[in-house]
Parts: sequence; C-alpha cells; structure tokens
Amino acid sequence: MAMIEIKSISKWFGQFQALKECTTQVDKGEVVVVCGPSGSGKSTLIKCVNALEPIQQGEIIVDGIRVNDPKTDLPKLRSLVGMVFQHFELFPHMTVLDNVSLGQVKVLGRKPDEAAENSKKLLHRVGLSHHAHKHPGQLSGGQQQRVAIARALAMNPICMLFDEPTSALDPEMINEVLDVMVELAQEGMTMMVVTHEMGFAKKVAHRVIFMDAGAIVEDDKKEEFFGSPRSERAQQFLSKILHH
Amino acid sequence: MNYHWNWGIFFEQIKGGDETYLDWLITGFGWTVSVSLSAWVIALLLGFLVGTIRTAPSPWLVRLGTAYVELFRNVPLLVQMFLWFFVVPELLPRDLALWVKQDMPAKEFITATVCLGLFTSARIAEQVRAGIGSLPRGQSMAGLAMGFTLAQTYRYVILPMAFRIVIPPLTSEFMNIFKNSSVAFAIGVLELTFQARQMQEDSEQGIETYLAVTVLYFACAFIANRVMAFIEKRTQVPGYITSAK
Repeated sequence: MAMIEIKSISKWFGQFQALKECTTQVDKGEVVVVCGPSGSGKSTLIKCVNALEPIQQGEIIVDGIRVNDPKTDLPKLRSLVGMVFQHFELFPHMTVLDNVSLGQVKVLGRKPDEAAENSKKLLHRVGLSHHAHKHPGQLSGGQQQRVAIARALAMNPICMLFDEPTSALDPEMINEVLDVMVELAQEGMTMMVVTHEMGFAKKVAHRVIFMDAGAIVEDDKKEEFFGSPRSERAQQFLSKILHH
Repeated sequence: MNYHWNWGIFFEQIKGGDETYLDWLITGFGWTVSVSLSAWVIALLLGFLVGTIRTAPSPWLVRLGTAYVELFRNVPLLVQMFLWFFVVPELLPRDLALWVKQDMPAKEFITATVCLGLFTSARIAEQVRAGIGSLPRGQSMAGLAMGFTLAQTYRYVILPMAFRIVIPPLTSEFMNIFKNSSVAFAIGVLELTFQARQMQEDSEQGIETYLAVTVLYFACAFIANRVMAFIEKRTQVPGYITSAK
C-alpha cells in the first residue's frame, strides 16, 4: 500500500526548473533512499512531500491525503509526517525536553506531564536521557540530530522524511545518528531519506532513487541499483562516492 | 564668568506661588517618565506586530508594513508632534474633531504618547524584521513541519529568538524614547524640558536648571540601559548567543 505517492510533479524557482515530472512512491514500511549530486533536486523533492515547498504541476498524496489540494489542512498533514533537517533546526531557546514536548502539547493537545513523560522515553531511546535539561547549543551536532529525530517521533508520525541528516555532522558523529535511523527502519517505519550514506542504503533501504538535474533517473530495488545501475550518470556518481 | 551661582534655587518658592522649583522639576520628571513608558508600550506592541508582518508570506502585508515604517521614519519627530497636535484633529469628522480640540482629557499627554509611540514603533519594526531575517529559514520550516500553523510558528519558534536577537538595538530605542520625549514640550506637555525652560525663565538660574535636567535624563537613560541588560541576561540562551557580560 502506498504511503507517499508522487505523481509527475514539476517545480520551478522562477525560470529555473528544479523538479522535472518526478514520479515515484513509497509504500508503507518501505525505506527509500534518495541520492544524487548536489543541485539535483533531492532536497526539494522531499520538502514537497509535506508541502514545505509548493509544486506547480503534478500531485502528491500522503496516506490518501492530497497534499496540494488547497482544502487540505496542511498543519494536520504535516503533524503526521515527521521531518529531520540537515541543520537539525532544534529550537535554541528551549531545553531539549521542551523541544521534544512542544509539538505534542501545542499540536496534538497532550497534557504537559504526559508529553514530558513521552519525551523522556524517546530521549532515552536515542541515548540522550542525561541531556534533557540542556539547551541545543550545549550539545554536539550528533546529539542535536538525535534530539531532532526524537522530536519528530514524538508526534507519532506515519512516515518520516530525512533531508541529508548527516551532511552537517563531523565524521565521528555520523554513525550515532545512522544507528538510530537503522533501528527505526528495522522497526518498520516508512522512511524517505535523502543521503549520501551508501552504507546506510545498503543496510536498510528497500529502494534507491537517483536524481540528476531535477529528474528521477533511476528508481530501483537496492540490489539492482548497487549491482548494475542502468544510467551512466548513476554509475559515475556511485563510482565517485563509493571509492573515496 | 560673572554668574551668580545659587544651588539653593531648587528649594526656593516660585514667584507668586507656593510650589518650589524642585516641585516643578519633579512634576516634569513624572510626565517625562509617564510619556516615555506609555509610548514604549505602544512602540513595542506595534513594532513587533509591524516587524512581523513585514516577514509574512503575503506581499500585501509586507507592503503595508513597509509603508508604515517609511511613513514614520522619514518625517522628523518634532514635525510629527505638530502634525498629530494641529493637523490630525482637523482631518477627523466634525463632531469628533470638536471633542478632541475642546474636551479630550489630557490631550497633550495622549497626543505626545501616541506620536512618540508610533515614531519609535517604526524603528523597532525595522529591527524586528532584521532580527527575524537573521534566523535560519530552516527554523520556520521546522515549526511548520511539526504541524504548527504560521501563527504558532511565529509565536513559539521565530519571535522568541528574534526578541533575543534584537535586545541590543531595543536597548538603544528604550534609552532614546526617554530622550526623545523632550520633544513633547513643543505641544505643551509639562514634562521635564518644559518645566526646565519655565524654571530658567522664572528663576534666571539657567545653568543649575539645565545641569539638574541633564542629570535626570542621564539617570533615565542609564536605568533603561540597566533594565535591558538585566533582561538580556535573563533571557540568554545557554550555548547560543554568547554575550560578553
């Protein structure tokens, strides 16, 4: 069953066409990795899924809800879709605990105590119980990103979007974040992940999408993508990032 | 210098009355503080409102906010005082205009407060807009992605950080508002500068008078500065903006 359906979407920034008739889908419980050179449109694509970026053509359907229908209650839809950003985007003026609790209280209407309890459980799960009282600025990048994942999970999302979650991290912190993501994937979370971490893709992805110049060039099962990518562009890309 | 110093002048009675000159200055100081603090409330509320709508997604709101800022920023404060006092009442419907001119209580005070508040709000709006603009775009995206409405995103994510960022320029504005309130003497508010002029003419001890007034304005601005420094310290975000204090 399709959780995210992307149907022939196009997007322009002024004259520049950022997405060219992209079509794909992510099934429930599926982990899809989106990769490609910088500027290929992968971050834009993933931001269209929860309408952080509007599209000019095509259609996106998330769990049966038409994202681009003007009648769609976007805040409600977005609360169902967890999102993790390249630069974490924790709220710097709040403690870690409040960062994880805020949405539960203000969007889901949970009681503050109940939200805090839930937040503590999630922080424990990402290994940050002892940092709940700190502010984001006092944590390392890897820790901040794990808080960001906990914050997204706190909303009980039906699927998760990751926009280059490890690109802004120092190398020694990448694995602590990937470990959390691998665990999530193994628990059956539906995930769409923009990343260059091919190790992660090999380990847990079901499918890999390769984008170039705003178009989806490859959309294959993991084994096919790593075994024998059809397009020359994807072969080049893989040879570059796998050999360094 | 052939000047007859008389520091006791403050405790002397005014000519033909039972108040002392000190009473005049104290009354004046009271009005200065009242005008300044009331105007500050207006300036903060409108400044944050207009500064915020200048960052809104709607181009019409942005234009409206820009027009507001330009209007109040490009006309001298003294001229604005006269405009509010002499011109605006003439533009009102006849009955209302009559009431404003004849019966409105504390007319000078209200006019000066509104004028100074709006003037300062335009400056604050500009600072708030810049403060919001300096936040990473990802912050509002993160708020929206969580399911917040745009209003909630501003309320919980954008404005709390923007406020912290604009505290240093706000400090200047808070100090300025006390100093700028002296312009209210021109429309007859019995504030410190007004009373000082009166005392100077009446007592002919101009130097003592203006030195005392200088100290009082200095004290206001200085206290304003310390209050803001206290707020800055209290709202400081651990590990984020590292202030030198």
